[in-house]
Amino acid sequence: MRYQRMLVPALALLFVLVPAISARARGEAVPRGPTFGARALQALIDGIQFGVIIAITSVGLSLIFGTIHLINFAHGEFVTMGATFAFFLNVSAAGPGWHLIPAALAAVVFGALLGGAVDRGIWRPLRARGTGLINMFIVTIGLSLVLRHVVLVLYGTRPASYAQYDIQSTIDLGPAGITPRDLTVTLLAVLVLLGIAALLQKTRIGTAVRAVSANRDLAEASGIDVQRVVLFVWMLAGGLAALGGVFFGLVEIVTWDMGFKLLLLMFAGVILGGLGSAYGAMVGSLVIGVVAQMSTLWFPVDLQYAWALLVLILVLLVRPQGILGRAERVG
Amino acid sequence: MDFSAIVSDALRSGIGPIAAIYALAAMGLNLHFGYTGLLNFGQVGFMLVGGYGLAITVATYNGPMWLGVLGGIACAIVLALLLGLPTLRLRADYLAITTIAAGETLRLFYRSSWAEPVTGGVFGLQRFANDFYALNPIEPGTYGPWLVRFSSRDLWVMIVAWALVLVVGLLLALLIHSPWGRVIRSIREDEVAARSLGKNVYAYKMQSLVLGGVIGAVAGMMQAIQVQSVNPDNYDPGVTFFLYTLLVLGGAGRILGPVVGSILFWFVLSFLDSALRQAISAEYISPDLISTSEVGAVRFALVGIALILLVAFRPQGILGSRKEMLLSGR
Repeated sequence: MRYQRMLVPALALLFVLVPAISARARGEAVPRGPTFGARALQALIDGIQFGVIIAITSVGLSLIFGTIHLINFAHGEFVTMGATFAFFLNVSAAGPGWHLIPAALAAVVFGALLGGAVDRGIWRPLRARGTGLINMFIVTIGLSLVLRHVVLVLYGTRPASYAQYDIQSTIDLGPAGITPRDLTVTLLAVLVLLGIAALLQKTRIGTAVRAVSANRDLAEASGIDVQRVVLFVWMLAGGLAALGGVFFGLVEIVTWDMGFKLLLLMFAGVILGGLGSAYGAMVGSLVIGVVAQMSTLWFPVDLQYAWALLVLILVLLVRPQGILGRAERVG
Repeated sequence: MDFSAIVSDALRSGIGPIAAIYALAAMGLNLHFGYTGLLNFGQVGFMLVGGYGLAITVATYNGPMWLGVLGGIACAIVLALLLGLPTLRLRADYLAITTIAAGETLRLFYRSSWAEPVTGGVFGLQRFANDFYALNPIEPGTYGPWLVRFSSRDLWVMIVAWALVLVVGLLLALLIHSPWGRVIRSIREDEVAARSLGKNVYAYKMQSLVLGGVIGAVAGMMQAIQVQSVNPDNYDPGVTFFLYTLLVLGGAGRILGPVVGSILFWFVLSFLDSALRQAISAEYISPDLISTSEVGAVRFALVGIALILLVAFRPQGILGSRKEMLLSGR
């Protein structure tokens, strides 16, 4: 298995070198425009911003997997629900027309309540009935279909932006630039991620979450109320997904299927970091965000998500437990 | 409200070519999920490579149709190997995530501007199945009893598609009741036990993945032939979700499960569609609540609810046995 260790650097080198050479060859034909270094820096900034947004949404996905071993295929819809709920409060003619900040906070609460309701209303009864895990996956598919099409009916197919912070001029950062809005979103997202880490490390409930992830039976035997921990994880995941949805809708645009597009990148980030590891999900998502944006330096923009998903398959070939996953037997 | 129109719409859809094509694709999925316990959430990817394999050979390179069929099958085998090699040694979850990601990646690649010279990009490819329709022995006209009438063209696709369902069904029935099938089912029940009996579980899983994928690719070809066009946006992951719905409805792990499931699924879907539209136009349902343009979304939301209720209350579906469907993750 030693050659596999060489495979990752080799592939990374290939990923950078081959296109760089071809870009140089093409560069002579294209006369002006920003230099490659400037474009690379810009893509890196965009990638970090994209990555932390994916990270916010995927932490919940990973925590859910860690505690109850369920892959939530409906997680993308939680993201969409959050974004469109904020849109309703913020822009929609039928809504109250709140400023985006209270609307976003309300969306986070809504997302948390949605997550909690789904756990109490669906997963807990199913766990009590002894439904198999594979059947639970299929239930998440059903839930995803319901939520996505409810959004489609209520929101419609038209992409839209929030009322505030829509158009801004960029702050120059040397050769690259970032809008104040994007900078704020990125910093807020990083703060939230740090907050989650502190929550998991320092608080009682965070310790309980980690205990249930590590060994559910042992945690239950030592007096932890597993059902309560699971409910907390669902609410946390729902709230974070909604926040990620608002952020993504803010820097990109709000659409009825935005969450599903993000879901695949979340999966990639979660697997890359190690299934079930919250910190792994953060690191993995950051990598996925950067890969997706950096790929546009060499490849067409409409393929940027595809590269991120290919990274996922490559990682499974070489290091299936992910970057931060425990090197336990996974087969 | 015109009930005869609603019922005839539903009947036409329940026995029509699309029901046959979905039954076929779900039979492949049934081999994966129902018999082997593999969580393939990217069956649509196999349908895509099948459909495009045919379309690209004929429309882009002016090749003969039989070569396109072979090409589509070859693509499905390659895809199954690519997916299976890294994931089949891992827990079931990994295959689930990888297949859904691979299906979507394929769709993004096929629709990208980069691939447009070959795949037609977002526009797709059209008019590549003339050879298939040239073989149609049925005289032009419409056939069928009462309001359930099909054009000779649809009838020809239907006959071929249902014949394929029959052939694949017989083949699968023979395979499943052979020693090979017993190993496959024992992997679903207890992989460790199968391995301790000296079976190469990895190889068996791979064979199942390849065979089910090829069946999916054949379904994709029939789908492409039926509409004489392939378009990347017809292959979104929702298709796999519908396949799971009809498989769970009919009963996974039963040869006739996907067939019964598909017929019922399309019957009910069409019934809902037709009935909702008529109820809205007759103003039994206020157009403020649901407009006709939203009927499509509403019926898919109802499909989702049906799927949740089915798994909760009758996970074995119509034909299955409950004992066999209490699977847990491996």
